[in-house]
Amino acid sequence: MRLFATYLVGLVFGVGISLSGMSNPAKVVNFFDVAGTWDPSLAFVMGGALIVTGIGYRLVFRRSAPVFETSFQVPSSRTIDPRLIGGSAVFGVGWGIAGFCPGGALPALGTGQVEVLIFFVAMIAGIFLAKAMMKFNVNRLENRAEPKTA
Amino acid sequence: MITEFTPWASLFGGVLIGLASVSLMVLRGRILGATGILAGFMTPTSSSDWAWRAAILAGMVSGPLAFYALTGGFPAIDVPVSNTMLIIGGVIVGLGVTFASGCTSGHGVCGMARLSPRSFAATLTFMASTGLTVFIIRHVIGG
Repeated sequence: MRLFATYLVGLVFGVGISLSGMSNPAKVVNFFDVAGTWDPSLAFVMGGALIVTGIGYRLVFRRSAPVFETSFQVPSSRTIDPRLIGGSAVFGVGWGIAGFCPGGALPALGTGQVEVLIFFVAMIAGIFLAKAMMKFNVNRLENRAEPKTA
Repeated sequence: MITEFTPWASLFGGVLIGLASVSLMVLRGRILGATGILAGFMTPTSSSDWAWRAAILAGMVSGPLAFYALTGGFPAIDVPVSNTMLIIGGVIVGLGVTFASGCTSGHGVCGMARLSPRSFAATLTFMASTGLTVFIIRHVIGG
């Protein structure tokens, strides 16, 4: 029952993405091409989503806990660090090249169109590459921090 | 490639995205971010954590089918770039969103809606970076 409700949440998201044009690379790239074939549609996606989520969250956070869980799990960090900014800048380059973002590509997989699958597999490879890079960095820092034993 | 301006469809689609984000928060207390949900699905911490992620991802992927049932057609997906560019773009997106801990849905919608300074910074950065990338590809290299 709980899983079915969660499935429905995904379904509403997937229909919303399909309807909005977020899973159409031509439309996404045109939104950013102000100097060329500009299509401002995606501003309406962002506007609609932000108004509903902004008001909705305000109401939800009056509760002490969510319906199915014992607590809310929202990120508490407020630090704007180079990893956040660098990662976002890199993401933008990829989004501009391919026209797909993760939230647009995921539902689009359901169309069975092969281009979506090509992008998606490459994106998964990128995610694992980033995880490997982070792990490598952590290991290196830990090794450096280890006190030298004589 | 010129695309049709679709303010109503896009606005209504955005409203549905918002409803889904609010629903996931009220039901499970989670941010509806494609990056985070997918990352946790691939490297799960527990079976119950994996189960809700699998359920929502299955819902997302069935979105176009429900769209087909409602409208009689699949959503348009026009890809104006080569497969090579899709692969390069895909790897770069995967790298970026993992380091940024979020993307358009997690930072752009959910994070901004709860007024997270990190999400504002992330969204401004990737919007600027995407705009610059598109400008360079279409008007500097391609112009």
